[in-house]
Amino acid sequence: MIHPHGGRLVNRFVSGENREQLSITAAKLPQIVLNQRELSDLEMIANGAMSPLEGFMGESDYRSVVDSMRLSNGLVWSIPVALSAKTEEHKSLKKGGQATLVDEAGRALAVMEVRDVYEVDHEYEAQMVLRTTDEEHPGMQYLKSISPVYIGGAIQMIRRPEHKDFGRYRLEPKETRVLFATKGWNRICAFQTRNPIHRAHEYLQKCALEVTDGLLIHPLVGETKSDDIPADVRMRCYEELIDKYYPQDRVVLSVFPAAMRYAGPREAIFHALVRKNYGCTHFIVGRDHAGVGSYYGTYDAHAIFGEFEPREIDITPLFFDHAFYCRSCGNMATTKTCPHGKDDHVFLSGTKVREMLANGELPPAEFTRPEVAQILAEATR
Amino acid sequence: MVTNNPSDMVTLKIPRPLYERLKQLIDGTGFRSVTEFAIYVLRDLASHPAKRPSEGEPRGRMTDSELEAARDRLRELGYL
Repeated sequence: MIHPHGGRLVNRFVSGENREQLSITAAKLPQIVLNQRELSDLEMIANGAMSPLEGFMGESDYRSVVDSMRLSNGLVWSIPVALSAKTEEHKSLKKGGQATLVDEAGRALAVMEVRDVYEVDHEYEAQMVLRTTDEEHPGMQYLKSISPVYIGGAIQMIRRPEHKDFGRYRLEPKETRVLFATKGWNRICAFQTRNPIHRAHEYLQKCALEVTDGLLIHPLVGETKSDDIPADVRMRCYEELIDKYYPQDRVVLSVFPAAMRYAGPREAIFHALVRKNYGCTHFIVGRDHAGVGSYYGTYDAHAIFGEFEPREIDITPLFFDHAFYCRSCGNMATTKTCPHGKDDHVFLSGTKVREMLANGELPPAEFTRPEVAQILAEATR
Repeated sequence: MVTNNPSDMVTLKIPRPLYERLKQLIDGTGFRSVTEFAIYVLRDLASHPAKRPSEGEPRGRMTDSELEAARDRLRELGYL
């Protein structure tokens, strides 16, 4: 099985007597209320999805990641994973101190050993990580909503965040690894999405499945921008699609609890490394991976992988160009495998699809499976 | 990636015969200099975690009970 990033699957959960003691300690410490992104990040740090991270980034790792896409020890890591101060009290936390990380309801989730409290430049972080400081970019909007004072340090997890949804699909990295091993899969391809799966995506996945043993459909269900299709609607689409059109013994559907950063290329690297921690050996990177609007070049998320030696990433990216149904070929294809022009291709923009659904019109079957279109149409009404 | 900013670099000394051997090794490999090759190798070594696990913490391998718990959960959820 592929090694986790950094060589070891992190586990920051405490149990038994340690947990009881920590809970008592946690009740006496200053509290930091986590926002939605930080909540997702905390969970993934604790369960090893973000291996080798053992806590929110300290100053050294943060600056190294922003500047060079590497942790301070040289390991590749492309996205800062940071905890922002919420109050003046947080800003005066001292190195060596502790704080309790709580959810919005005040439930203590973890105790943090404070290593660093440091001020950052959000404009600089945005320029480097998002490649833009445009205030319309959702990632920039997030940075503008949080304090420029970050708190870094290792965490000890007392309890998992409460989830009211997708309970049966919430597998942690140790569970997906056990699942793949039990199924006898050696090569597992992961597919990341924050959208419904249309014919083009299905095509990429099945191409990948031809050269691997199994497919992990791993939709992101953490915080997304308000006009992205809600996770519960998407999950119904995935379930229907897999039931009707995928070989049941070759596909695993499980949710990825991360928040979207919309950081395009850098987020492609992040998504790949995290899926490696889930036990996947291959990772599909399509057109404009993790992109939004027109901030990134169509294939910038392919090119960024070339900035690293393959062994540093270790999980194998499978790069796919723009896919569509070609009427002349009579099948799904990409710009690499189809000799015909755009007039032969069935392609609809996201805007066009939303417009059709809002008007009660189903997109053509060459673009999306009718069952998926039906679910999306009902959700739009 | 090798930074060209001198203020970010420090000098390491290695025996000349070793340097000459490395120079031969990298010929035709795409590494532009012994420096570039050495940085690549050392980064890789430095990125591996410490060999000694923390007290009471296994080296990332699951215990039998953790494995069984994972399998039980997977069965319960219908994955196995």
